[in-house]
Amino acid sequence: MTKGRFGSFGGQYIPETLMNEIIRLEAAYNFYKNDAAFQKELDDLFKNYAGRPSLLYYAEKMTKDLGGAKIFLKREDLNHTGSHKINNVLGQALLAKKLGKTRIIAETGAGQHGVATATAAALLGLSCEIFMGKEDTERQALNVYRMQLLGAKVHSVTSGTMTLKDAVNETMREWASRVYDTHYVLGTVMGPHPFPTIVRDFQSVISREARAQILELTGKLPKAVVACVGGGSNAMGMFYNFIPDKDVRLIGCEAAGLGVDTDKHAATITKGEVGVFHGMKSYFCQDEEGQIAPVYSISAGLDYPGIGPEHAYLHEIGRAEYVAVTDEQAVSAFEYIARTEGIIAAIESSHAIAHVRELAPALSPSDSIIVCVSGRGDKDVAAIARYKGVKLYE
Amino acid sequence: MSKITDAFKNGKAFIAFVTGGDPSLKMTERLVVGIAEAGADIVEIGIPFSDPIAEGEVIQCANIRALKGGVSVEKIFSTVKNIRKKTAVPLVFLTYLNPVFRYGYEAFCQRCADVGVNGLIIPDMPYEEQGELKEIARANGVDLISLVSPTSEARVAEIAASADGFLYVVSSMGVTGARSEITTDLGKIIAAAHAASAVPAAVGFGISSAEQAATIATVADGVIVGSAIVKIVEAYGTKALAPVCEYVRALKGAIRGEE
Repeated sequence: MTKGRFGSFGGQYIPETLMNEIIRLEAAYNFYKNDAAFQKELDDLFKNYAGRPSLLYYAEKMTKDLGGAKIFLKREDLNHTGSHKINNVLGQALLAKKLGKTRIIAETGAGQHGVATATAAALLGLSCEIFMGKEDTERQALNVYRMQLLGAKVHSVTSGTMTLKDAVNETMREWASRVYDTHYVLGTVMGPHPFPTIVRDFQSVISREARAQILELTGKLPKAVVACVGGGSNAMGMFYNFIPDKDVRLIGCEAAGLGVDTDKHAATITKGEVGVFHGMKSYFCQDEEGQIAPVYSISAGLDYPGIGPEHAYLHEIGRAEYVAVTDEQAVSAFEYIARTEGIIAAIESSHAIAHVRELAPALSPSDSIIVCVSGRGDKDVAAIARYKGVKLYE
Repeated sequence: MSKITDAFKNGKAFIAFVTGGDPSLKMTERLVVGIAEAGADIVEIGIPFSDPIAEGEVIQCANIRALKGGVSVEKIFSTVKNIRKKTAVPLVFLTYLNPVFRYGYEAFCQRCADVGVNGLIIPDMPYEEQGELKEIARANGVDLISLVSPTSEARVAEIAASADGFLYVVSSMGVTGARSEITTDLGKIIAAAHAASAVPAAVGFGISSAEQAATIATVADGVIVGSAIVKIVEAYGTKALAPVCEYVRALKGAIRGEE
């Protein structure tokens, strides 16, 4: 089996033009991950720029209301730029500088990764270009302007389905045309090796903190940790340090859109098949011909037809469970957590919260659950209003 | 020796590409046969993929047109079967790995052998990942063709050493599509390939004019043209046969110094 495998998943299925670049990236990463000066620099950015550690908040009202396990929220929404994306971006942007790159490029769906990348570029003095599906630039117009304010150039991608997968295609094409001075800051635990490992390592700060925090708060490990899954970076970060804790259930929540029995969903593990795409062997929503299927979710961040290879592996060996959550359940959870806890969570994270509403009552009050609030929901307010048929005037 | 390698025996080879099913499979059949008669030494047929990450806009759009027209892997195999009744030209499929993976490597390569496809180019399957397919392809007499690019450096020799059929030298950074200028030191890459292997080296990506083709043919064993042909097909649709054949004759003449 070739490099970068999680069981049979992963690999490096990319054009030859990019091969030497990712070989160099892997070598650099292997050096810097053990380099004390690099880690100190990153820790400093985490602490003094991103605002880490993020809180592990006991959601007492939600716990009482649901009447079961104690619910703890890992507050990645409180990070600078409003989501977990900053963890990976600061790491990769720092790595890009060490590689001598002067320019970073990235794909974005909802805009959270694009905003985080533009932020890191501004801070570290790198030029930055973001590729975003045309449909997403319209759904998330405010984030486009936010990236522009931060000095990034935003390309509206008009190929294919004009969403996240097409933004990834276009960013890969751009990278292949300019690898010499450019690093591709991939936003999630997908793509060719070493990206799934690099992104997971940078995001694993989430579970490193959460595991210590829950032990301090409750004296024992949680019964379950729950996170939403598109490509799967916040989930991988949330799961990683709990993988050896065999009694901790790891639950990923995929976007079921209008329902997994319709053709309007993005539930890759539930409905997808094994395939090879975007540099990796993993599960993909696809047709019998191996054509990648158009996917749908109310959440632009989960609107992706694949899933990171380590998730595919955790699913295959039965270490993690994956459930599908509909738009309707997610919107209901979005409203629920706003009213019970006073937290406007991202619509992506609301998929995880929706599952916790079902899971918590089935567990004992002596158990606890950690759910990752991967991002804040300000960006989603207009979309939720649209969904509810509420007319807003700006 | 493979039928593909054989195609380089009589001088510089001209390799033409068309997207299968653009504008229709009937037209693909006529185009491939016509292109072969016009002097192409090898014809590549693209099996369309929804997300062709190595392609520029011209071939991306051709893929979308073909997929909208209802093309399938099976239908392309049937088309090749018809083509084989009319021409012996070596045929190569160019596609992305997922359609092949979904069909099943063994079944796909067997079907290639059945209908008479001689080679396979998969841009998202680099040297390191070829292992899972290469032996299956070889066992079925199908050459899995390797690519090298301007960034391959020391990898050129390694890749060339185990190449089957011909070595596909990517002329430029980025994706397929016409370029006004190719600045890569192709001579250096091809010399490294020749030093490591007897397999011929053909250059593709960005070549559209007869002058470019002739210049490249001074260092390469063959010249590959895709987007420029697909563009003619896009412009002329069902009337593309004559202008495509005329173009192929001109390019073939240019690389053989017969202008």
